[in-house]
Amino acid sequence: MSKNLRWKVIVILGVVALSIFAFYPPDQKVRLGLDLKGGVHLVMRVQTDDALRLETQTTADRLAEQLKTANIAVGAITVPDALSFGVAGVSAEQDAAFRAALTEVEVNYDRASGAGGYTFTLKPNIVVQLREDTVNQALQTIERRVNELGVAEPVVARHSAADQVLVQLPGVTDVNRAKEIIRSTALLELKQVEQGPFPDEGSARAGYGGNVPPDIQILPGSIEGVPGQPPSTGYYAVRRVAAVTGRDLRNARPTLDENNRPAVSFSFNNDGARKFGAFTQANIGKQLAIVMDGRVVSAPQIQSRIDDEGRITGNFTNQESQDLSLVMRSGALPASLTYLEERTVGPSLGADSIRAGVTAAAGGLMLVTLFMLFYYKLAGFNALIAIAINLIMLLGLMAYVGATMTLPGIAGFILTIGMGVDSNVLIFERIKEELKSGKGVKQAVAAGFDRVLLTILDTHVASLIAAAFLFQFGTGPIRGFAMTLTIGLLSNVFTAYFVSRTLFELTLSRRQAATLSI
Amino acid sequence: MAIFDNPNYDFSKWRWHAIALSTLVIVAGIGYGITKGIPLGIDFSGGTIVVVKFEQPTTVDQVRAALATGMSGESVIQSYGDEANNEILIRVPQLVAEEGAALEQNALAIVDSINKANLGKSEVRSQEIVGPVIGADLQRKGLYATLASLLGITIYIGLRFRFAFALGAIAATLHDVLVTLAFLFFFGYDLSLNVVAAILAITGYSVNDTIVIFDRVRENLKNKRRDSLDTVVNMSVNQTLSRTVITAGTTFLSVLSLFLFGGEVLEGFAFTMLVGIVSGTYSTIFIAAAIATLLSGKQATARTTAGARKTS
Repeated sequence: MSKNLRWKVIVILGVVALSIFAFYPPDQKVRLGLDLKGGVHLVMRVQTDDALRLETQTTADRLAEQLKTANIAVGAITVPDALSFGVAGVSAEQDAAFRAALTEVEVNYDRASGAGGYTFTLKPNIVVQLREDTVNQALQTIERRVNELGVAEPVVARHSAADQVLVQLPGVTDVNRAKEIIRSTALLELKQVEQGPFPDEGSARAGYGGNVPPDIQILPGSIEGVPGQPPSTGYYAVRRVAAVTGRDLRNARPTLDENNRPAVSFSFNNDGARKFGAFTQANIGKQLAIVMDGRVVSAPQIQSRIDDEGRITGNFTNQESQDLSLVMRSGALPASLTYLEERTVGPSLGADSIRAGVTAAAGGLMLVTLFMLFYYKLAGFNALIAIAINLIMLLGLMAYVGATMTLPGIAGFILTIGMGVDSNVLIFERIKEELKSGKGVKQAVAAGFDRVLLTILDTHVASLIAAAFLFQFGTGPIRGFAMTLTIGLLSNVFTAYFVSRTLFELTLSRRQAATLSI
Repeated sequence: MAIFDNPNYDFSKWRWHAIALSTLVIVAGIGYGITKGIPLGIDFSGGTIVVVKFEQPTTVDQVRAALATGMSGESVIQSYGDEANNEILIRVPQLVAEEGAALEQNALAIVDSINKANLGKSEVRSQEIVGPVIGADLQRKGLYATLASLLGITIYIGLRFRFAFALGAIAATLHDVLVTLAFLFFFGYDLSLNVVAAILAITGYSVNDTIVIFDRVRENLKNKRRDSLDTVVNMSVNQTLSRTVITAGTTFLSVLSLFLFGGEVLEGFAFTMLVGIVSGTYSTIFIAAAIATLLSGKQATARTTAGARKTS
């Protein structure tokens, strides 16, 4: 063996060893996609309009408060849509004072004067900024919730459009529970009950003579009856502005109430405790509405001043109290979520798919092996070694870059076998031609490889272009396919040209061959 | 051992027959698409698919009866995979235009009706819900990816070979995409994400074959400057014929294994690849070189129309 050849063999053995090291043991190092492992893939839209509406409403409320303090009388303040609010009936005498009060509003809003009033519209760059922030906040909140669910290797990321979020939860079996946990807005508000409960919405309105003042709102909720009986639905008139919200929460955990029923206890941070303490002190004897996502969960009477602790009781099951404390701990979503796409693969289907894919790959490999040995004899054996090394390298590189193995990815393996065969056939047919034209064995082999190198490079580059667009196009499984195809193409250039050639040279170095088994 | 011993077929003679045959298939495919509409899977059209596995043997009619109450709109109910597996696929189109909670209503209704009906134990094997927003998004992306892939390959071949050759290669590749689509229509396969992935893989495969022949044409043009381009092209097709057929054959065999054993999920994918491989081989031999030659001018000789750039 010449020195040159020895180095080539060492390089090949090194590559094989590195590849095996990279993917061994495969059940730990090769990541399986959702379609093989089972799990759920969700695409959701963050309704960023919610956050804009909240911003506009809050700004309008704050302005109203400010005008009241400054004794500036105005007409109705209306919020017709998420982006703008209007102030009517600004008198000419107070116009200057009104404008002076706008400094804070005009940071984010453009002012336009209309008939007897003003319209304020959110500035376009602020809109973009707010939407961006909302999606980022939603992503963080979802991530915290998913982590609390204890899913291994979850994906929480932005999806193609700016307001879309992709969530992948491998191995999750109770999809509906996971969806509920991700989706619940989990906005906790503690509000003072003004009147109620009423059996229906109509009678709640009737309590104000059908004309509910703007600082009061009617919320649905449950009325606790006799312990042991399920609560009935009722309506409460509560103050619109919350005393404390979930933003001031420090912790929430499942617990049991005095009747041993599941409940959720929560505690406030310093800021929240100060607000809650002052509120309860001032309202002893009144009812407190615990509002979760716009629904009164319970309305206990305030017995004494409470600072930093509270408890939500209701008709919870154990699971519900756990889930509720989970979503409260992870914080409220800044906007509601709607589902755009959902794909669920049961774990049994995933296992079946792996079996089917492996069977297909083994079948394909066997057919190719038979053909190559039958048609190319010993040279066919060379080709098979090259293809086997290609597959080992493919597995190793995929494990190394952390690529995900999917069902179409297994198809990519099968196509990689096809490509390996293709390159070898290309070379072998060329060697045969060179032999036919009267060249000696060594010269024919050398000429075969040299002439075909350019062709192999051309074909592989063209295929890589197709694979690149495939990667751009696809999500999940298809990306796995594009990834497998790309890595397979790259490693195939090495195995078909370098490995296969070295194997030929190795065979020919042993003897002074006059013929070649091809 | 050799499949072809010194082959010397006159492929250029069959040029017009081949073009006519391909046109026929493609026109039939387009006609099918126009009259019956392109059969889109839920990935693109939006909708709901639920695959349910029953413990007891259950017929499609039983499931249809179970769903009759509570389901509106037309649904497709069919046996999924091997009959012995007792798996049934239920597909419902997207009824509501809006998104959100309504999206999952169909899936919930299906599972609910099946649980209520007296069909024994069952398990949801997979469930796919695609809303109209995502469907439209994927349609656009799939189309762009295919076109961009074709364009990218044309540019590459245009750089490496002469422009007429790039057009020949791209005509052959486009031909393969259209023929594959036509066969998908004829055999009743829906266009799904997997099928589009296979079509993109076919564009790569098809051009692969074509490049092998063009490379040989380029090489031969350097040595045989006296012969006409027609003759050189035909000679090159013959010289690479063994390789073309063997490669197509072995790739076909491995994909056939995928088609037979790869399971229901990959059936459409494997079928697309099978058709694409056959079409790709055919177009390589009969279409690609023919169009490249025709575009180069019939009477052209190798000397004046060097298929390769001088530098290559």
